This record gives sequence, C-alpha cells and structure tokens, in this order.
Amino acid sequence: MNGTASYNIFPLGDSALLIDYGNEMNVGINKKILLQFRVLQAARLPFITDIVPAYSSLAVHYNVALLHDKKQGDRTVFETAMALISPYLSSDDVEEENNRLIKLPVCYQPPFCLDMATIASAKNFDAEGIIRLHTAQSYRVYMLGFLPGFAYMGKVDDQIVIPRRQQPRANVPAGSVGIAGNQTGIYPFASPGGWQIIGRTPVPLFNKHLSNPTLLQPGDTVQFFSITANEFADYQSRPA
Amino acid sequence: MSLQIIKAGLLDTIQDEGRKGYSHLGINPGGAMDIFSYRLANALLGKKLSGPVIELHFPAAQILFTQPTIICITGANFLPSINNISVPINHPVVIGANCILRFDGIKQGARAYLAVKNEWLIDGWLNSFSTNKVAGAGGWQGRPLQKNDCIEFGNAVGGNGMVGNNQFKVLPWSTLEKVDNRNEIEFIIGSEWHYLKAESQADFQNNWFQITQDADRMGYRLSGGKLCLQQTTEMLSTAVGFGTVQLLPNGQLIILMADHQTTGGYPRIAHIISAHLPLLAQKNVNDVLKFVQTNLETAEEKIMKQEKYLQQLQVACKFRMEEWLNGH
Repeated sequence: MNGTASYNIFPLGDSALLIDYGNEMNVGINKKILLQFRVLQAARLPFITDIVPAYSSLAVHYNVALLHDKKQGDRTVFETAMALISPYLSSDDVEEENNRLIKLPVCYQPPFCLDMATIASAKNFDAEGIIRLHTAQSYRVYMLGFLPGFAYMGKVDDQIVIPRRQQPRANVPAGSVGIAGNQTGIYPFASPGGWQIIGRTPVPLFNKHLSNPTLLQPGDTVQFFSITANEFADYQSRPA
Repeated sequence: MSLQIIKAGLLDTIQDEGRKGYSHLGINPGGAMDIFSYRLANALLGKKLSGPVIELHFPAAQILFTQPTIICITGANFLPSINNISVPINHPVVIGANCILRFDGIKQGARAYLAVKNEWLIDGWLNSFSTNKVAGAGGWQGRPLQKNDCIEFGNAVGGNGMVGNNQFKVLPWSTLEKVDNRNEIEFIIGSEWHYLKAESQADFQNNWFQITQDADRMGYRLSGGKLCLQQTTEMLSTAVGFGTVQLLPNGQLIILMADHQTTGGYPRIAHIISAHLPLLAQKNVNDVLKFVQTNLETAEEKIMKQEKYLQQLQVACKFRMEEWLNGH
C-alpha cells in the first residue's frame, strides 16, 4: 500500500481539475484514488458535477457559475475549487475497499477468440497456454471508461502482454474479452476497437434498467473461467 | 396533443445540459453540442434553462404540431418555415394546431435547437433527458427521432385563443446577441502541452487547422501540419472532457465534443475554453480554425458573462411571456 503517494493538481480545461499521481498502474495509488472518489462522492458538494477516477488520477468536474460566488480576492474559480476540495483528499477514513469478487465465464474458442492465433504466434504459446495464464489469476478493476461499463483491468501475466492491434477493428462484438498491453478488458457494447480479442463472455455487462447499470465497478476483483461453446450458448438462452 | 415527426432528419436527438455524475461508470455526459444556443432557446421561452430540447442537424426533421404551443428555434439558421412561410430564429413563435415546421437549407451553422413551451411526457434516464446512443437510453427511446415519433405534451400553454389552426405569430422579443462565427477559438494549455516540441507549440498557434469529414458529436478530427512530441510516450487512460484537444499518434489533432469518451490515453495538448465550445459546435466539415491561447481567469470570466446574460434574459422573457399569455 502506497499511502504516501503525492499528487499534483492542475486544471483540466476551465471547468475541471485533475488530481494526478503520475502515469503508473499501481494498486496502492489506485486504492487511494478510489477512496478519495468515495469520500468526495459522499460529501455531495453542490458545485461538483462529475468525479472520474482513472488508473492514477482523479478528475473533478465543477460548475463554474456555482463556484464564482465563493471566490475570494484574486483567486480563480479553479483555485477556489481546489481549496474547497483539498480537505477531502487527505481523509483518514478507514479504507473500505469493496471486496466484490465477480466470476465471469469466457468462451476462448472460435469464433470468439479473434486474435488468439496472433498472440499465440507472437508469444510462442498455444491457445491452451494463453487461456491458462488468463484464467490463473484475478484482476483488479482499476477504472471504467471508453464505453459505458467498460472495465480496465490488470495486470495480465507478463507472458501474454501484447500491444493493441496495428489496425483497430471497425466493429468488435459486444462481450469480447481482450488484452492491450498489460491490461485486460471486456467490450460491453459492439464498438470499434483495437484490443487483441481472446474470447467472449455471454454475461451482459450493462443493463440500462438498473439504477447502477454497470456490472463491474471500480475496485472490483474479476476472475475469468473458461467455458465451451455449448456452455456459452446455454448462458445466452437463459432468461436475463 | 403533441409534436409529431412526419419526416425524419439526418440526426435529431433530444438533449439537455447532459448526464452528470456517471462518468465513473464510463457513461459520458452527452448533452447539447452548443450549450449556449440550447439554453438560449429555453431562456427566450421563459423556461427553466436546463429543460430538454431537440437538437437538429441538416437536413432536419419535418414536424407537425397537433396542438397550439409556443416554440423557439436557436443555434444554426436552417431557414425554418411554418406552413411554407419563413420564420425567424431566436424569436418565440406561437404556433397553431396542424402547423408544419420545416427547415429549408443551411444559412449558417451546424446545429439548431428547438425548444417548446410545454413540458414533454418523456422518460429521463439517470437524471437527464440527453440521448445516449451507445447505451440506447435517454431522450426518445435512446435513439434519434424517426418518422411517426410523437412527443406528447404534459400541459397546455395558453388557450386556443392564442392563434387559430394553421396560423402562427412571431412574438416580438429576441436576443441582441449577434451571430458569432469567428474562426479564432481560444484555448488553455493541457497537461501534456509541454510534451510538444517547441516548434509544434508554435505551429499549433500559428497554423490553420481544417475540420475533416470525420467530425461528429463525439469529436472533430482536424487536418493540418503534423505536430510532434519531444518523445513518444505511452500514457495510461485518464480523464478527458468536452473540448479536450488530443494529439493522435499520426501527429494530427482531435477535439473531443459532447459525446466524447469519459477517458482517453492520448496526450492532452489543450482544452478549448467552455465559452467557445458553442462556436466550435456550429462549425461544419471543411471549416478552418485557428487556436489562440488564453488563460484560466479569462476563460472563467467568459463563462460567467454567458451565464449572467442567459439568466437575466430568462427572467425578462419569463415576465414577457406571462404578460403575453395573460393577454390571450
């Protein structure tokens, strides 16, 4: 746990600030960011419009008009926001990292494993070896972004780290599970994308009818397990 | 008792000020591209500034009103007409039952806003009426308006005495704001500005950049002289916003617009100031831009100037609207 990690705060445009811990995928830093996120969310400061945790940064979007009246002297609205937010960043609250473990079935077989052959040849593995490495450990959900419900998870085993595709796909099917560098992720919706696709989950990751519409949340732990194509079809025929 | 789409437009969606508070789930805010014109349409009707409107692209929908109401069109001038008689933008217009609103061409701008005095019987999603096409939620069934869609009105405004069937009346008040279609867009520097080579920092401010075909509600890709970083960097995904200017690996720029992703991994060279996003939202493919650096204080003051203008206008128009409705 890296409790003493230091951060810089700077403007992210004229209506948001960025609390920045550098450019590092680090569990300790990410836990600290998610704690700050939860504390700020619970504080319900009326001028805050959105709070966005990422791997090693936390963005706070604010309403300039609401803050303008609180401005003192020559302070900018940004400086005013920073002064009002800062007390929440040094919170000594006992860390309540959520302990959710979500087990997700993935079919790593054709036709779902679009880039398996590419990774196999690049890494000198057979598909079984790649599946074994991908399912052998659990992953932390560091952040959500890119698409509604898209979870950025890490870190994958060094032996199957592979860069994004040179040529992104115009349409990656919904449910596709991929690798990009040392990250793994799942496309909740069909979308253009460049991740190397190794399988697909039949479990829906997004349900707009729920008040919390995404299956995965920042701070969750995810464990993948391998299923056959027949099992994949069974999952899909089950009522939601 | 409603407005009905009798011919679909290219991309007409219900929008408001955006869906705030869900970016941590990857759900982007969306909302009107030209926030100023969107709020202006509500202000001129004396409505709450944050109510839902229809954002129209050209060619825009044809709309039948089956009940008398009062509308206001702002933003782009798509040459609106009611029953084939042209009507001005930026004016409230009383419109009788059976009137058909059409848009005949592009005089200026890229996005028009249609506000209606009545409340609409539509379901919000996560505290907003904005249309999220990816999630298929919000707005009208989570998608652009199509032929035969009918937005029901929740309340009647005024009586049938306002104006006869098939008739309309332009109300006398408007905005004094002149169309601002300048090409100089102000920015403040982004976190990765210093990653640019010095000559690229200069090029960014001295060169013209053109909006390519690849420009939509998500973002505008620009074409111009290639910009270079001092060294290539691999960035982890981090927050971005409406107006963030990112440098793509090919040395070209993209400006993130209303439907931008919540996070991104390209260097954030600059951020367009909020007060100039409406200018940008009214640019079309092939339009050219020049970036002019400003500072945070100026950017904040420009937001406040627009905010105060709209709030004062809304109060004045609310009064005039009540006065006019009481007389009819």
